[in-house]
Amino acid sequence: MSLSRTPLGRVQGLGSAKHGVGHFIGQRVSAVALVLLVLWAVGSGLRLAGYDYPTTVAWLRSGPNTVLTLLLLGTGFFHMNLGMRTVIEDYVTQPLVRAAVLIASQFVCWIFGVTGVIAVLKVAFGGGVY
Amino acid sequence: MAEAKTGAGLAQRPTSPHVQIWRWHITMLGSILHRATGVALYGGALLLALWAASLAAGPGPFGGFKALLGSLPGKGVLFGLTLSIFYHLANGVRHLAWDTGKGFEPKVADMTGAAAIAFAVAATVAVWVLAALSGRLV
Repeated sequence: MSLSRTPLGRVQGLGSAKHGVGHFIGQRVSAVALVLLVLWAVGSGLRLAGYDYPTTVAWLRSGPNTVLTLLLLGTGFFHMNLGMRTVIEDYVTQPLVRAAVLIASQFVCWIFGVTGVIAVLKVAFGGGVY
Repeated sequence: MAEAKTGAGLAQRPTSPHVQIWRWHITMLGSILHRATGVALYGGALLLALWAASLAAGPGPFGGFKALLGSLPGKGVLFGLTLSIFYHLANGVRHLAWDTGKGFEPKVADMTGAAAIAFAVAATVAVWVLAALSGRLV
C-alpha cells in the first residue's frame, strides 16, 4: 500500500501524474546547457552595451550569434518555466488560485519566449539595410 | 493510513518551524538566494525578449529601450541581474554536484555555499569594472 496516496485517491486510481521525472531531468539538462549559454550571454552583453543600432543588428545577424541567442531564449524560457512552476506549487496552496497562477506563468513564458524568437528571426532574416 | 485526515485534523499536527524560528546558516541562505535569484532571472529573461523585440521594431524603439536600461534605475536592475546570473549559475553547479550524491557533508556544503556567494560577488564586480573601463557605462 502506497503511503503517498490518500484512501480516496487509491480507490479512484488517482495519484501522481507520473510526469515528475520529466520535470526533474528537463530542469537539469537545461541547466547544463545554460551554464555555457549564460556565460556567452554575459560576455556578449558586455560587448553589446557599447553598440549602436546598426552594429547590434549586424551582430545578431551573424550566424553563430543568431543560433546562440535562439538557443539561449529557448533553453532559458524552458528552464524558467519549470522553475517558476516549482515555486508556485510550493507557495500557492488555494487550488483555484494555484491553477490561475500556473496558467498565467505558462502564458507569460510562451508569449515572451515566442516574441523573442520571432524578433531574433525577423532581425536575422529581415534583409533590410540599416 | 488511519490517521490520514484532511481539514480539521490538520490543525492539531505539529508544523515545521518557519524561517524566523531557525538560526540563519549559510546553506539555508544559499537555498533561499537560489530561489530568489531564479525568480529575478525570470524577469531578466522577459527583458531579454523585450530587447530582441525592440531591435526588430526599429531604431526608435531600440533607442528607447537602451535608454531605459542605461538610466540609473535601469543600471541598478542590470547590476542585480548580473549578480543573480552569477549566483544562480554557481549554485546551480552546486546543485548538479548534489544530484550525483556528492558534497552533502555539512562542512563541504558550507564551504561550497560560501564559495558560490563569493564567486557571484567577484564575477559581478569584474564584469562591471570591465564595463566601466571600456567606457560602456555611459
